[in-house]
Amino acid sequence: MGDLTRKTAVELSELMTSGEASSVEITQAHLDRIGAVDGAVHAFLHVDTEGALAQAAAVDKKRAAGEKLGPLAGVPLALKDVLTQDGVPTTAGSKMLEGWKPPYDATVVQRLKAAGVVILGKTNMDEFAMGSSTENSAYGTTHNPWDLNRIPGGSGGGSSAALAAYEAPLAIGTDTGGSIRQPGAFTGTVGVKPTYGGTSRYGLIALASSLDTPGPCARTTLDAALLHEVIAGHDKMDSTSINQPVPAVVDAARRADVAGLRIGVVKELGGEGYQPGVEARFHEAVELLTKLGAEVVEVSCPHFQYALPAYYLILPSEASSNLAKFDAMRYGLRVGDDGENSAERVMNLTREAGFGAEVKRRIMLGTHALSSGYYDAYYGQAQKVRTLIARDFEKAYEQVDVLVSPATPTTAFAIGDRVNDPIAMYKNDLCTIPSNLAGNAAASFPCGLADEDGMPVGFHVMAPVMRDELLYQVGGALEAALADQWGGVLMSKAPELEVTR
Amino acid sequence: MPSITREEVAHLARLARIELSDDELDHLAPQLDQIIALVGQVSEVAADDIPPTSHALPITNVMREDVNVPCLTPEQALSGAPAAEDQRFRVPRILEED
Repeated sequence: MGDLTRKTAVELSELMTSGEASSVEITQAHLDRIGAVDGAVHAFLHVDTEGALAQAAAVDKKRAAGEKLGPLAGVPLALKDVLTQDGVPTTAGSKMLEGWKPPYDATVVQRLKAAGVVILGKTNMDEFAMGSSTENSAYGTTHNPWDLNRIPGGSGGGSSAALAAYEAPLAIGTDTGGSIRQPGAFTGTVGVKPTYGGTSRYGLIALASSLDTPGPCARTTLDAALLHEVIAGHDKMDSTSINQPVPAVVDAARRADVAGLRIGVVKELGGEGYQPGVEARFHEAVELLTKLGAEVVEVSCPHFQYALPAYYLILPSEASSNLAKFDAMRYGLRVGDDGENSAERVMNLTREAGFGAEVKRRIMLGTHALSSGYYDAYYGQAQKVRTLIARDFEKAYEQVDVLVSPATPTTAFAIGDRVNDPIAMYKNDLCTIPSNLAGNAAASFPCGLADEDGMPVGFHVMAPVMRDELLYQVGGALEAALADQWGGVLMSKAPELEVTR
Repeated sequence: MPSITREEVAHLARLARIELSDDELDHLAPQLDQIIALVGQVSEVAADDIPPTSHALPITNVMREDVNVPCLTPEQALSGAPAAEDQRFRVPRILEED
């Protein structure tokens, strides 16, 4: 049977169906692995040993009773700490919420539980999902399992690192500007941002409500598709949820066929500022897809160059109002309540103590962008640029079925490298941000290692709104062709982590 | 000339209800200045006749039937409160003394 932590979700499911392994055994194997390597990786903020084993035992009992179970029943998962889980500490990586136990489940969590997925614990992230490295977490940085001196990406670095460290076969992330796809690229794993509104935001601690999208993370395309199917679909608790059937993502991942598919390479997402090793792997992947029968053309999206500045107006504006709820009154941290201080003073002291530097930067930037006198020049103009970016996509999709680019301009950088340079940090998300602004589906799939540093490179695919299945079609085809070439998946090239007990 | 002064940053901090220290102000003001220069690039785009997009997808208001549904109990709602009293959130005084 081999090491249970090296299996895909699909393989684990088969082992449970055939009776070769129980969910309790599988869950325990992953908890042991977390115990052995998470001291070095720090992917988890909270491990729910008791809860996970209880969920696993419940699935085993149902299976023994002959109940019909879904394909992911009994498979363990790592949950980004930005989604609420009833009674389990949820911090969003912030001191503001230290020790907070939400009294309800996010919709995504409800659906995971209903599908019998076993939630191992909550994963580390940049505070309130603001960042690209997990260095903004109030609870320490997560380390990239490929090279512990490097960042795993962010904000969902904990979820992706948990996959790459074999601490979990599945994970949930949330993507506002690239927080699923960029860590996916940096850790050699699959990260999918579904169409905005395709997955529910209910119970997701909001960063920018018009951009936030929960999505699946896994080590293989098919595993991600199976997880996508579990969490996606209309939710009446989210007013921006799309009331349409979930795209046929699992079929597409199984079909994994690109013959006749029209693929557009985005001209503007490459060249200056892009690492040679990233571009080399990207272009090889494009060639491979051409050999598999895809029709590849170059397309231009001239307004993508303004996506980053527009994003850093829209996101902070929405964030500054969303984070106003952390006011020290109803939940979370309260500082300076000495009986003398006024509520306003307590609020000021609490927000000073509870928020980290990046969160303060973005709240202030948003407050500035929304102030009278600046609104039209900043926020209003950014919203117009958003329209132009969406039109670039529409025009491109008249010519092609999907667009592709590198997922990130560089591979994972060293811890500490960009902490004092916010703009260098923001540029991580150059390729991923346009899809958040336009709301379309997008994903990163592993496509090799850069020659300069041996670190993973991500292949970015962008599909039209509610055509999420196209991502899996391309990702599945690429994964199969590359596995043939390499004699296994990319993750099998990752170095062994030192195990401590 | 910086696009935002230290005094303006201090004013923003008051609006955002964050008690910034002098050190933080010294650090934050030049950083915000750089970031504002970056985001200011949106003004290069000729977009006078372009409609703004507040949301990626066309959305309409969503209504539901006016029926009771299960909700949090008072104990659940107060479970994360920094201070509670008589089934209510206890907050610091909201009026200034004079």
